[in-house]
Amino acid sequence: MHRDRMKASGRIQKIRIIIQLCSAVLCNGYLAGLKRGRLFTGKTKAFCVPVLNCYSCPAALGACPIGSLQAVLGSSSGRFPFYVLGTLMLFGVLLGRLVCGFLCPFGLIQELLAKIPVKKISVPKKADRLLRYLKYIVLAVFVILLPSFFRNGLGASLPWFCKYICPAGTLEGGIPLMLLDPGLRDLAGPLFWWKVLLLAVILAGAVFIPRFFCRYMCPLGAFYSLFSRFSLVRMTADRRTCISCGRCGEVCPMGIDPVHQISGAECILCGRCKDVCPASSISYDLPLHAHDPKYRSSSEAGHGASPG
Amino acid sequence: MDKTKTAALRIFFLILGAVFVIIGLLDKEYINVLNKAVRICLECIGIG
Repeated sequence: MHRDRMKASGRIQKIRIIIQLCSAVLCNGYLAGLKRGRLFTGKTKAFCVPVLNCYSCPAALGACPIGSLQAVLGSSSGRFPFYVLGTLMLFGVLLGRLVCGFLCPFGLIQELLAKIPVKKISVPKKADRLLRYLKYIVLAVFVILLPSFFRNGLGASLPWFCKYICPAGTLEGGIPLMLLDPGLRDLAGPLFWWKVLLLAVILAGAVFIPRFFCRYMCPLGAFYSLFSRFSLVRMTADRRTCISCGRCGEVCPMGIDPVHQISGAECILCGRCKDVCPASSISYDLPLHAHDPKYRSSSEAGHGASPG
Repeated sequence: MDKTKTAALRIFFLILGAVFVIIGLLDKEYINVLNKAVRICLECIGIG
């Protein structure tokens, strides 16, 4: 199984790693910030990037959509987050979880960690299925409900997910700023160390369970998964040509069965299954293919169950 | 989910998303986002 996983380095994977690196640089291209320990303050910070990327990272050029969502929901004005939600909806419909597979820097970090050659843990199916619902709970409770309704005397609320959970914030914002700014270092208390511990657990988890955070905890992935069924970019598996060799399932970083769950809520459209399929049964179903009989005939097989 | 339904949902959410973004821009919600993003978020980095 592990050998097959290591072999999954086909054409799509080579393109994907380039896109992932470009995305990481585009989202975090303010290198002067890393030198000075100061945040970028240009106008691009009003734009929500499609990925989980902390806006308190000294190199960040855009705003984190999950942080922005909590900031607007938790503001004393109590306004509805039209701009942030609309932006997320557009990314969701246009790209779906392709964002997770091709653009997310935190996803890239987890994938690099998963390359460490240790025996991977296979989570029992029942536990895996239940744990996958956790990310929807994180989205509903920590990102939406608590910031919306748990307010202080001034009518404002905390960004609960950022404060207590977000590992991207600790890795991209907290640790670099602590290293660069002695003044902030003096303020580090139990909360900071809780976040460092959680980050360590999540990163260690990613070594043994590929895409650990994406599978079980990411609220942004949970949001995009709501659009998986009808996002513009999809993948399909043609069951008529499938030889049931099981290779696609062995290399899938999300631990799903691509034949039945491709383009479902848990599929991040990374294309590793396509790269290893000996029967070429798996393909990307792009809008450009809409009138191509080859893709039209196979697309019916792509509507898999989800999650898990 | 059949293809017509899929296409209809796709168009519906595309339009809804675009309308939301326009409303948000008219409401200057992006200023909230900008103000949050250009200052160090103490909660995000674990000291707030």
